[in-house]
Amino acid sequence: MSLTGIALILFLLFHASMNVVALISAEGYNMICGFLGANWYAVAATVGLAGLVVLHFIFAFWLTFQNWKARGTDRYAVTSKPKKVEWASQNMLVLGIIVILGMGLHLYNFWAKMMLVELVPCTGNHELATNGVYWIAETFSCPCYTVIYLVWLAALWMHLNHGLWSSMQTLGWSGKVWFNRWRAISCIVSTIIILMFAAVAVAYCFGYRPCDFNDVVNVANACHAGGLC
Amino acid sequence: MAKNISVTIKFWKQNGPKEKGHFDTHELKNIPDDTSFLEALDIMNEELISEGKEPFVFDHDCREGICGMCSLYINGTPHGKTERGATTCQLYMRKFKDGETITVEPWRSAGFPVIKDCMVDRNAFDKIMQAGGYTTVRTGQAQDANAILIPKDDADEAMDCASCIGCGACVAACKNGSAMLFVSSKVSQLALLPQGKAEAARRAKAMVAKMDELGFGNCTNTRACEAVCPKCETISNIARLNREFISAKLAD
Ligand code: SF4
Ligand code: FES
Repeated sequence: MSLTGIALILFLLFHASMNVVALISAEGYNMICGFLGANWYAVAATVGLAGLVVLHFIFAFWLTFQNWKARGTDRYAVTSKPKKVEWASQNMLVLGIIVILGMGLHLYNFWAKMMLVELVPCTGNHELATNGVYWIAETFSCPCYTVIYLVWLAALWMHLNHGLWSSMQTLGWSGKVWFNRWRAISCIVSTIIILMFAAVAVAYCFGYRPCDFNDVVNVANACHAGGLC
Repeated sequence: MAKNISVTIKFWKQNGPKEKGHFDTHELKNIPDDTSFLEALDIMNEELISEGKEPFVFDHDCREGICGMCSLYINGTPHGKTERGATTCQLYMRKFKDGETITVEPWRSAGFPVIKDCMVDRNAFDKIMQAGGYTTVRTGQAQDANAILIPKDDADEAMDCASCIGCGACVAACKNGSAMLFVSSKVSQLALLPQGKAEAARRAKAMVAKMDELGFGNCTNTRACEAVCPKCETISNIARLNREFISAKLAD
């Protein structure tokens, strides 16, 4: 769990940094989308990533099942949660399921319209497949999507905030001193990741566009209309 | 000055591990609030016996917080809401309000089957200790205090780990029924000292394997264990155990 979790956090850090480019330069962002299109390395990384998510998911269910069995059949009639026990730490599976559901929506909103279209041409508009900023604007101009994404990101923040220090604890890289350090690092890293994602969603929702946005999107639309590209 | 309070005790009755249990209630009237909680249960049992009822079964021994025999999940907390670092036998009636209903349940975990009522079988902890919680060398006579120099911090930490009394509150509080705080404290109390270090890898592997075999759950770092531990063990012991365990496995 901890190793797959850390690998996924590293991926999220990369993804979030890449997203921030969409606030600065539409062309720059689309260039990254081009690199990460249907190239062999991007497809291999996507397959690897999907494998990590599946492994993380399978481990989560297996652990939860073992732990549920270890709890015994009778449950306490009265329970009280000690102050130092965080809600997220006891509900990582629930949070994880929310994250996976959000990921399904995210794949539908972006991956299915971009990499999938490049790999399987008849599944969508090929000219817009590497035009990432177009799809960001398209998705987040709908406030409902923005709200859903923000809820998803809140769940992801809680998942990461517990997950990162917890992974380090499981790997044994913790102790009286490092425990507090890892807790602080977890909070900072998860907050940075979520803020980077949320900034793009909120900014695009409120109509912000990088200055070269119109050029990039109009070129794509013109190509699309003229059957060029 | 002590004042008297009246409370209702709602206690768990169960005839055996496979039997279905239920709650019974008993009203305790005019109990001085400087009575210990276990003494209050003794008074309740005397009243139950005089009423011709079966007494309530619960574990206890030293009644001074050192043996780890007392258990009881009181109002949703293992050992009740005692002072930090205290056991059920160190809980006093002044912690409760007049007229309060006090719910008393056993440790609930697959690793600790109920023997009767709130007495649970904690032999699993002994089996884990037998699997590796010792040093195999003959230690002979007590050594001269300075024969092996040990840094004060290490000695203090080993002593803190050794103060785990094996009560099982950590397992009872954990939503995963994990015994990691207990096992890690017992592994650490030896691994931190030069005499125990030599066998640290074998010990960690053997005790973790036994813990898994006995059906305890996996640690997901919720910290419920350290929040209720009457001896204030911390999850840094668990990190140490993980470290010992992973390096032992990698060395294999
Ligand atoms: S670690 Fe604490 S709660 Fe667990 S058995 Fe030892 S003393 Fe009891
Ligand atoms: S009876 Fe010995 S610790 Fe409570």
